[in-house]
Formats: sequence, C-alpha cells, structure tokens
Amino acid sequence: MRQPRVGVLALQGDMREHAAALRACGLPEHAVTEIRSVDELARVDGLVLPGGESTTVGRLLRIEGLDEAIVQRAAEGMPLFATCAGVILLATEVLHSQQPRLGLIPVQVERNAYGRQVDSFETRLEVDGMGEMDAVFIRAPRIVATDPRVRVLARHRQDPVLCRYGRILAATFHPELTPDHRLHRYFLSMLGPDVG
Amino acid sequence: MGNSSMSEDAAGLRLDQHATWRLKKGLAEMLKGGVIMDVTTAEQARIAEEAGACAVMALERVPADVRAEGGVARMAAVGVVEEICAAVTIPVMGKVRLGHFVEAQMLQEIGVDYIDESEVLTPADDRYHIDKHTFKVPFVCGARDLGEALRRIAEGAAMIRTKGEPGTGNVVEAVRHVRKINEQIRRVVHSTDEELVILGKEYGAPLELLHEVREAGRLPVVNFAAGGVATPADAALLMQLNCDGVFVGSGVFKSADPEGTARAIVRATTHCRNPKILVEVSRGLREAMPGTDPEASGQPLRMQERGL
Repeated sequence: MRQPRVGVLALQGDMREHAAALRACGLPEHAVTEIRSVDELARVDGLVLPGGESTTVGRLLRIEGLDEAIVQRAAEGMPLFATCAGVILLATEVLHSQQPRLGLIPVQVERNAYGRQVDSFETRLEVDGMGEMDAVFIRAPRIVATDPRVRVLARHRQDPVLCRYGRILAATFHPELTPDHRLHRYFLSMLGPDVG
Repeated sequence: MGNSSMSEDAAGLRLDQHATWRLKKGLAEMLKGGVIMDVTTAEQARIAEEAGACAVMALERVPADVRAEGGVARMAAVGVVEEICAAVTIPVMGKVRLGHFVEAQMLQEIGVDYIDESEVLTPADDRYHIDKHTFKVPFVCGARDLGEALRRIAEGAAMIRTKGEPGTGNVVEAVRHVRKINEQIRRVVHSTDEELVILGKEYGAPLELLHEVREAGRLPVVNFAAGGVATPADAALLMQLNCDGVFVGSGVFKSADPEGTARAIVRATTHCRNPKILVEVSRGLREAMPGTDPEASGQPLRMQERGL
C-alpha cells in the first residue's frame, strides 16, 4: 500500500499547525501538501479543513471552485477532518447566516455562541474510545443540533464538540494546538486500506 | 503567562480555563494567511467582512487621515466600537494609545477580541507600555526589529505586527522592518549560548525569549505585516517575505474602489506565490490610495519612532 497523501486547505487559517501535527504522526514531508486549487486537491487522498475565519475561507473556496470540487471528492469517499471554522464550512445549517458552506455534515451550528474572545476556553474532554483529551476552544462554533446519523464522540457539558459522520471527522476545538495527536492519527486511520 | 480564571461543573470533573496564553496566542494563529482591515464605521466593517477580511480593526480615523489632519488621535468612540462588534461575525480588534491602559480596560469591557496598543494613535505615555499580562483580552503590538518585538511579547503581547510607516501607502518601511526581523532571527538561530547573551544586550531583548526564538526559528507569536500596504502586490511581497498575514490600514478605504481593493488584497494574500492570480486580481483595479514618501516630502511625522 502506498503512503497516503494528505492535503491541508491553505486558503486562510492555522494550516501550519495541522501540517506539523500530521508530520508528527509519521507522514513524510512530501505526503502533506497545502491545497489552494482544484488541481492540487486532485492529488490528495484526504483533506484537513483548518481553523480560521469561515467567512474568509468560504468566499475563497467559491472563487477557486474548490467548494464544488470538495463536495464531489467527499461524495466519492475522500475523508475530511474539519476543525472549528472547518466545521462551520461543512455544516448543512448555520444559524442566522447565509455564508457560503459545503453542507456535507447534517448538523446545525451557531457561530460565536460561546461569546467573544474573552469567553474562549481550554478544557478536558472525555472522548469516546480514546479517554481524556485536552481541548482548546477559540471563538468556537456551537453544534446546536445533530442528525441521528451523526455519531457524537465527545461533548462539552451538553454540546457535541467532536463528531463522526461517514468519512468526516469534525471537531469544534483545535486538536492541532495541543501536543496530543490522537485525533490526527484517527483521521489518518480513516484514509483506510483502499487508499490508492 | 497571562491571568486566567477557572470554573468547575457540578461534578467538579471538568475545568474550563479562560484567558490563557495558549488562547491569546491561538486566536492570532487562526488569523494567519488573512487580511485585517482598518474600519471607522459599522458600514465599513460590513464591507470588509463581505470582501473576506479575517478581522477588522476599529479606530477613530485611518492613519492617512491622522497624518493629514493632525490633532490628537484616540481610541474610537464607544458607540462606534459597539456598532462594529454588533455588525460583523469576524473578530473585532480595537486600537488604544500607547500606555493608555484605561482605554484598553474599556475595550475589554465592550468585548473586542484583540487590542492593538498602537503608535498610529497619539501616545498617552511616553515611557511605559501597558502591562498586557493583566488583561484577559489579547494584545497585538508593533515592532521594527527583533528586540522591540520581544520586549512587547515580554509585556504580554500575543501577536506582533511590523510598524512600517502607517498612512503613507509606501511599503518600504514595512519591508525594512520585516527584513530586519528576519535577519536578526537568522543570527539568533546560529548563535551559541554565549553569543546569545551578547545579542540580548545588543537587541535589548529578554534572553529567555531569544532562546525560544532560537528553538523555533521564528518569533514565539504570529507576526503580521503592517504600515504602508496599498496594493495586492504589496501584500504578496510581505507574505513572500514570510509574514503570517497583513494589516491594511488606509489602503482599503482610501482607494478609489474599497470593495474591489479589499477583495483583491485578500486573494493576493492567499495566493502570494502565484503570479498568475496576482495579475488576475490586479487587472482593472482602480487607483490605490495616494501614496507619500515621508523622506522625499520631508514629512516630519514618523509614527514608527513612538513607543520603542
């Protein structure tokens, strides 16, 4: 089996931290690439949608035609790992907003629902099958409703914060900002045996 | 670093910590690769957000107007900052005068997401910067060289921007400051422990932070370019010089077509190494802001020399 190639969407946000986390999981330098165009997307087996500003990234996705390309690749089974703003981009519904989105995971999210930056927080989560995990929430979106087909892997108080839906892994926090790379490894395992 | 507060849930199992150094620095990480635009009204903030800004900076007057009109430049009016916060979903930053910790307390109370202790405004204290560790909200500060950047970080700044020369539409000073910081970082990276002590003295930089720079090969926090960015090419130039993102002050709303200019600079920042896209976004763009060369015009106001 050949080495999977993973793309990090690099339109805006903390792509450097995601790339570093993937390399820390053992992926060689050339197996992690930044994605800014449809051509670049065609060359990877999985895609990370990093933290950043969802309105900025959503706009740039549309200009490059990456929105349609990602939807198509996802339909063909390409695994996706979205963190924070990435979850807003993947949600089917964003409360009080018409911003561009891909609508790939049936959840309803509310932006800035925890408050402003002073309300951002760090906490410790209990993750299904993985145990305790430190989590950093920065101006995070809140998942307010999920389709029954969405598997909730971790909650903060009542709110789902880590979800799996088919080949999509979605975290409203930032596993790329902590030295614990278990979720990146979990995502790499989703790339599965049929890669290549 | 930073002050933090904790809360526990009923079971006492889960601890939520606020205002930690990781959270302060982390928000800046999320802004990387983006453009932060100066705005003076809620309407401008909406235009900036719509054009793809990753954050907006609330201030009373853009630097070009401060330069042209003179007078004392202060924090934006409370009502205006509140309107801007209500108008957009992206982070809102606000400028306060150097050393004016009460303006900063007020912006924190209003709920801005980041505070810029800025040389663009008239300094309130010619000796002391704000003790930024005492705030819950993170700060960004300007710097012209590595020593200045590390002194601000030691005071609690969680993000750095180059000072450049604001309001001129002339990118030369921003380039000078980015190049200088890059050169000094390279020197630090190749220094021995003894040499680092000498560099600490030479740069006026805390030794502990120089060790962090040597370890990481870059500043310990995100570094944006600022001060004179007027065109998509200017933004791409600074990005190719390894800045993490770009602040555009007067460059958007003093141009002939603010919306078009804003959109073009956002896309140029993302695709800074793709000349084909840079040509595409610049084609047909109307005039940039009128520029001034402070050296040629003998203009006396050098904002960058405030607050070293």
